[in-house]
Parts: sequence; structure tokens; C-alpha cells
Amino acid sequence: MNIIEMTATELSAAIRAGKATAVEAAEAMLTRIEQQDKILNCYVTVDSEGALKQAKEVQAKIEAGELTGPLAGVPMAVKDNMCTEGVLTTCSSKILGNFVPTYTAEAVLQLKKAGAVILGKTNMDEFAMGSTTETSAYGVTRNPWNTDHVPGGSSGGSAAAVAAGECFYALGSDTGGSIRQPASYCGTVGMKPTYGTVSRYGLIAYGSSLDQIGPLSKDVADCATVLTAIASHDAKDSTSVERRDTDFTSALVEDVKGMRIGIPKDYFGAGLDEEVKEAVLKAARELEEKGAVVEHFDLSLVEYAIPAYYTIAAAEASSNLERFDGIKYGYRTEDYAGLHNMYKKSRSEGFGEEVKRRIMLGSFVLSSGYYDAYYLKALRVKALIKKVFDEAFAKYDVILGPVAPTTAPKLGESLSDPIKMYLGDIYTIAVNLAGLPGISIPCGKDKNRLPIGLQLIGDCFQEKKLIQTAYTYERSRGMFRLTKECTESIHTEQEGQCHEQNL
Amino acid sequence: MANIISDETIEYVGILAKLELSDEEKEQAKSDMGRMLDYIDKLGELDTTGVEPMSHVFPVQNVFREDVVTNSDTREELLTNAPEQKDGMFMVPKTFEA
Repeated sequence: MNIIEMTATELSAAIRAGKATAVEAAEAMLTRIEQQDKILNCYVTVDSEGALKQAKEVQAKIEAGELTGPLAGVPMAVKDNMCTEGVLTTCSSKILGNFVPTYTAEAVLQLKKAGAVILGKTNMDEFAMGSTTETSAYGVTRNPWNTDHVPGGSSGGSAAAVAAGECFYALGSDTGGSIRQPASYCGTVGMKPTYGTVSRYGLIAYGSSLDQIGPLSKDVADCATVLTAIASHDAKDSTSVERRDTDFTSALVEDVKGMRIGIPKDYFGAGLDEEVKEAVLKAARELEEKGAVVEHFDLSLVEYAIPAYYTIAAAEASSNLERFDGIKYGYRTEDYAGLHNMYKKSRSEGFGEEVKRRIMLGSFVLSSGYYDAYYLKALRVKALIKKVFDEAFAKYDVILGPVAPTTAPKLGESLSDPIKMYLGDIYTIAVNLAGLPGISIPCGKDKNRLPIGLQLIGDCFQEKKLIQTAYTYERSRGMFRLTKECTESIHTEQEGQCHEQNL
Repeated sequence: MANIISDETIEYVGILAKLELSDEEKEQAKSDMGRMLDYIDKLGELDTTGVEPMSHVFPVQNVFREDVVTNSDTREELLTNAPEQKDGMFMVPKTFEA
């Protein structure tokens, strides 16, 4: 099999068996990036030299028997909001255009320990604020299935890179759907773990009470493998949870007999595309045929999640982004008169439109006189939403629904109307408010050949139920070679621009 | 639009947010914020009497540790990211007039 089409675990097995090397794998990815990324723009920074150096070191350790794990030697990519020592970390913002961190995020360190080879940093919506990767200061990323469409966001670069075979897996971060939605739009698997499972140390904060790092991968087995590697209790993150059993690969079992699956009727109302609806319900029927007990139920409060979320996320963002002041790191304006003018000008010139919009809203809802009416009200609604999920999980093991109301929109269609864009997050956002784990897994394609995502939501700490259900569904659906299908499309549409040999 | 944002409010929020907006951006911000607040006002439909605001989904407690230094001195490395530095310190614009 062509190296590019392998999953992460297949590649590491091939490397262990001496059929491939970490260096060959890294070279294959770098060549691929060279060929395609001018079109797709998945990466903000490609660290070719560093990747080859890591690959050589890791290969030596594999041969010496020091690295034996399922991610050893596998090239991967990191979303550009996670700090990487010595490698530019921009958050896709002009304000961090020259920021080179002096330390590495804990989740990335865990992967390095497992023998990961880091290829570079992936494009995203600026500071993870957006659903399309179009708010990046470094250009849009294109959806590899159809380059006229967005890859989703905010982890759009990570999702597109995995789908297009420009890395074997990637890390993303999910504040309101930013892993699951781009995974859905790009036909990859993407998981947001329970809040506190993966350390946020070194993740540049957006909405701290909602942010969580997770994997984007080609299949469910890789997702479980990466999650197992990055889940850790970290004293450097005060919200990190000490979990006992974090071997998520033990849930890669093809069995859903007796699994209680609830389908919220409220997730299938107005606004949901007919093709997405059909694909998701078909997936539910397949799980039912495999022995799951599937029921429809009323979740309630669905329409309140988005206003609560945008209040809380904007409030936390306005506070978190105060650190960008043009003094310690990042961009400083050229001309200024005094300290305060320097702050204001540096920030106004350094931040993009969507970031400023959310900082303004956040500053307003936290300001005296409005704090109770807006911010505290949103936190009370969050408590109600959590309760609704608690009640649902008393009856069901897994909640099943779509990831997003539609497949990937065309480039340039979303940003003009922020509220309309925010409405696209309706099925993913409540999961972050309630701290729950959620997984996105491909369940079909629409008439334009754009992938459709199935979302499974679990109760806190129940990732294994999600992985088991997703894995069983994946088996039933039939494996597909993501990279091959996807690149065929790039090749047909970009004939002559993409000189791929093995298609 | 139910929420009309005044010029004064936008000025005030600009101070809180440490952002300097052009006149055009201010008009846009007034309209964007008004629309968002109209949308957020939907939360008012819910009766939250007696519901405690939930900042964390899990019962988190303060985490204490001994006050000992565990990281090494990375002053030089940290300063390489500073827009301006002098004598091992960050340089800021003059703050007080003599």
C-alpha cells in the first residue's frame, strides 16, 4: 500500500516491521505538502528541517527498541494555537506573526514522548474564532474534497491536512465545535474529549472553560490511539482532571448490543439539510441493526445554547486576549503616543475583525451594569443545559445526531452574516457548555460529493462508549481510503496543478 | 433592532477592550453588537430564578502546591520575543511625564 493512504496505526506497524521508516514517511508527507499545499493552504508553517531531524531520531529509537508505541515515527500536524518550542506559533493572527514560543504545549509533549514527528502548524480561524478558517490572517484553507468550499473551522487546517494526506493525524482544539465541525466537513474523524481530559497548558486560550484539545484522524482506531497518548493529568493546568483509565483503545470493540442511543428530535427540525438528515438517520438504523436500542426523545433548550455560548465565550475571550499588549511578545504598532495609545493601536492593528467583534461583545457583557443581565444569566442557562444532558444520560448511553446542519459551504458565503454563521454551531455548542465528549465520524456524502458527519455525544468521562459505537458504525459502514478518494477529487478539479504520481 | 448601542457605549467598551476603532468600524460595531444582544436577549425567556451560575461543570477546588520554583531561568529566551528590550527587561513607552 502507498504510504500516504495508510492510517497512523498502519504506518507505525509498517515501521516496526521494517517495511517503512519514519524518515520515508516524513519525506512522503513533505513532498505531498509541497505538491498540494499551495492550493489547499492547510499549513501556516511547515517545519521541513525539524521534521526530518525528528524522524531520524525517532527511527533510531525505534530500531533500538526504545520506542515501541503505535504512534512512533508517525508524522502529524499541530493546530497553530498550541505552543511549540522554537517553532512559530501564530494563532493565525497578525498579532502573533513573529511569536516563537520558549516551551511546548503539554499535549504536544505527550505526543513527542510517543515518538510523533511534527510536520508543522496548521491554519485556523484567528484565535479559533470562526467556523470556516476564513478569518485566518494567513489566507483561507480550501476543502480538499472541493476546493471552492471551506474546510470548516476553526481547526480547518488540521482537518483538511488529514483528509488530503498531508499528515497522518492532527491535533485540533474545540471550543464550540472547532474539531467536530471541520472533521465533518472534511470527512475525517474528530473528537472533543471531556473537559479536563487533555491538558490545556500551552494552548493559547480562547474560552478557557470551554476549550479542549483533541485528535483529528483518518479513522476511529487512530482517534482512540491519539487520545490515549494525549490524555494526561497535568499539575500545570488547574482544570486538568485525574482520570484512572485512559487506555481508550480498549474500546475498539465491534459491539453495540444493548447500547442505548437517544436521538434528539430537536436536532432534526428546520434548518437541517435533507441529505444530512437522511445520512444521519441511516447511520442510526445501521447501529440499530447491530443491536443498539435507538429511541427518539426531546432534549429541549437547544435554541438557548448558542446565545449562552457566545456570551460566555466572548466574555472569556475578552479577558484572555488582554495579554496581547505589544510588550512581552507579538506585534507592536509603529507610531504611538504613550503607553495607552500603544496598547490600543497595537491591538487594533494586530487583531482581525471577528476577534475584535468578540472582544467588544465580551467587554460589554462583563461591564458593570450588564454583568448580571448577560454574563451571569448565561452561566445560569449553562447550568440548565447541563441538567438537560444529565437527564438524557440517565436514559441513554449515547446521543446521536448531525454535526452541522449542512455540508461545507462555499468560500466567501459565511462571514457576511455573523449570526447566521453562529447558527451553524447549533448541534456542537451545547457539548462544550456541558463539558461532554463528542465525536464526529463520516457517514456519507451529499450530491456534491461533500462529506457528511455523524455526531455521537457521551456523558462526561464516557469516551469509551463513543469510541465503541463509532468503531462499530465504521465497521458496518465499511472502511474507505480517505486520502485516495479525497485526492482524486483534488486531482480532477485542479488538473495540471497537482502533480501527484500515485493516483 | 431592540438594542440600540449609543456612541457613548461604543466609546466606553472601546476603552475597556483597549481597541481603537475608526468611525466606520464604530458604526459596524454598534450594529453588530445590537444584533448580537437582541439575539442573546432570548435567554430572558428562561426562568433562571434560584439557578446558581455554573462556571465549571465539575466541582473543581483550588489546587495548592508548595511555593517552590520548578522552572528554569528563561529570561533571555523570553526576551527574544519582546518588541523592545533593554538591560534584560521589557521596554515600554514612557508612562509618566517628568
